[in-house]
Amino acid sequence: MSNANVQAVARYQNDFLREVEERVEEGHMVKMCMQCGVCAGSCPFGPDWEHSPQKIFMMIRAGKRDEVLGSDSMFMCTSCYSCIVRCPRELPITHIMHGLANYAHRLGLAPKGQPTREFATLFWNNLVKKGRVNELTLTLGHYFTNGLVSGIKTALGMQRIGLGLFLAKRLNPMEIFGGHGVKDLKGFHAIVAKAKEIEDRKKGFTA
Amino acid sequence: MTASIATSQAILVVGGGISGMTAALEAAECGKQVILAEKTPTLGGRTALLYRYFPKMCHPTCGLEINLRRLKGNRNVRVMTMTEVLAVTGRRGDYTVTLKVSPRYVTESCTGCGDCANAVSAEIDNPYEYGLAKTRAAYLPHAMAYPQRYVIDPSIVGTPEGEKAKAACKFGAVDLEMKEETVEIKVGAVIWATGWKPYDAAKIQPYGYDRFANVITSVEFERLADPHGPTGGKILRPSDGKEAKDIAFIQCAGSRDENHLRHCSRICCMASLKQTQYVREAWGDAGKSTVYYIDIRAIDRFEDFYQMVQKDATVSFVKSKVAKIVEDKESNPVLHGVDTEGYHRYATTHDLAVLAIGMEPEANGIKLPDDMLLDSSGFIEGCKGTAEDQGMFGAGAASSPLDVNRSVQSATAAALRAIKVIHKTARTEQV
Repeated sequence: MSNANVQAVARYQNDFLREVEERVEEGHMVKMCMQCGVCAGSCPFGPDWEHSPQKIFMMIRAGKRDEVLGSDSMFMCTSCYSCIVRCPRELPITHIMHGLANYAHRLGLAPKGQPTREFATLFWNNLVKKGRVNELTLTLGHYFTNGLVSGIKTALGMQRIGLGLFLAKRLNPMEIFGGHGVKDLKGFHAIVAKAKEIEDRKKGFTA
Repeated sequence: MTASIATSQAILVVGGGISGMTAALEAAECGKQVILAEKTPTLGGRTALLYRYFPKMCHPTCGLEINLRRLKGNRNVRVMTMTEVLAVTGRRGDYTVTLKVSPRYVTESCTGCGDCANAVSAEIDNPYEYGLAKTRAAYLPHAMAYPQRYVIDPSIVGTPEGEKAKAACKFGAVDLEMKEETVEIKVGAVIWATGWKPYDAAKIQPYGYDRFANVITSVEFERLADPHGPTGGKILRPSDGKEAKDIAFIQCAGSRDENHLRHCSRICCMASLKQTQYVREAWGDAGKSTVYYIDIRAIDRFEDFYQMVQKDATVSFVKSKVAKIVEDKESNPVLHGVDTEGYHRYATTHDLAVLAIGMEPEANGIKLPDDMLLDSSGFIEGCKGTAEDQGMFGAGAASSPLDVNRSVQSATAAALRAIKVIHKTARTEQV
């Protein structure tokens, strides 16, 4: 178990609802759910994921911490916002799902190898390096997620698109050597660090 | 005429449904002068359009008839139909109300024989059938109409159709020259019994009320079950006239929803439970009712009725708010959703889907006097200010989503408050 997870377990004991309320984005709205099922029924993913929002919210209230934080359902959300639009109680369901995904990721409980999680991690790490997303290294990194052979295959398959982007001056091969960044890189890193500090304080990670 | 009883000691009741009739009668039977103003050509309101009451399953004609008899026997009530309130000025004990009286084009000489209706061929949407049927442009609102006088629809006035109606009347009761009038009256207190209307079901986009013929509202279902209704009491589908035996009832259609009506409409659970018994009455064991619900709110003694319906083998319950309705090739509504007891995903086909539609104040969209106090859904709470400012009251479904029984209680309470106002302010004047 990660350190953060051990701390959280000790702090909230069996009160998972309170943990979600305090530490998950919009988590305080979970208790507003009246279990009508409209979110689950409106989700375009339909039966293709294990836990619908309705079910996740009930599991939170039932204290099923491991099942919720280990679920990959939150990562399946495509942010279409159908559930938010339809929810009779105006729960910010999409935001809560993202909040849960983020929280599970931070505690190291999110499922390993979940593609959305891996890509999001890749994206974030790429972004914070220079303050700008390096599209070349990001896409290459993404191609090689599943190993060298499949990476080369995908890269070769995308050759023509790459060439087209190059000719249209939308892709600079030189970016592979680090690429361009924001003007004040130090300042940018300070902003990110400060944001993390505020977030940690607000959610009680530092205490 | 009106002026003779319209003094600052009179009470104005706005709305002639079950609540307005009750409030007017209670005050009148206490000796107060009452003016009962109704917007449509008849008293009875939405109660007259029901097939049966819950929980006793008796017919609304019963309760209305008693009130009509009380009304006929009372000299203190002046009934004004086709009358709307345009403005209210003044204060408690001394209001001046401007009323607009629309022409009925039929005088008091009408005997209700129906010759005018037979003579006319033009048709209009029957305002008493929720769009399910048409009626002749010269019509009697419904069997329980009070006064029992025909109405000529303004659309045929000035046309040969109107002349036909006039020529057909043996009693010279058709007066096509009738004009709209504006009347000003003085009253001491006002009771707003303006009632409710069904929420606009087409706004609940995923249910497709505006796209699918076999998705109807609960008020329309009342008309289908009523022997006086458009199908003669047979439960037939609007799309093809096929017998509807497998019927879905969808609760909270518009109610308890921040996107629509934020309040619980209170009556819809009992209305649907009642309507499952119409299905049983019509088809016996061959009928099938499925109630989709978030939770059943059968308050107080209604719990007994709920338990009775639960025991009925033709009725089943699915704990789920339906997410959407689609239509199959045979125009059957197919209900999609996920239930809360096991989280099973369903796609269930029925013959007919009935939306237990929410109640919204009839006066929504109409500007009420500035000093009225409304809640966040538009129901009337009373007047703004202190107790000394309270001269106008809400009654019945205008004040809260109420069933008939509770509307009558609320109306009686409102009558008492209005009487109190008259007593207090009249005494002040004498001092």
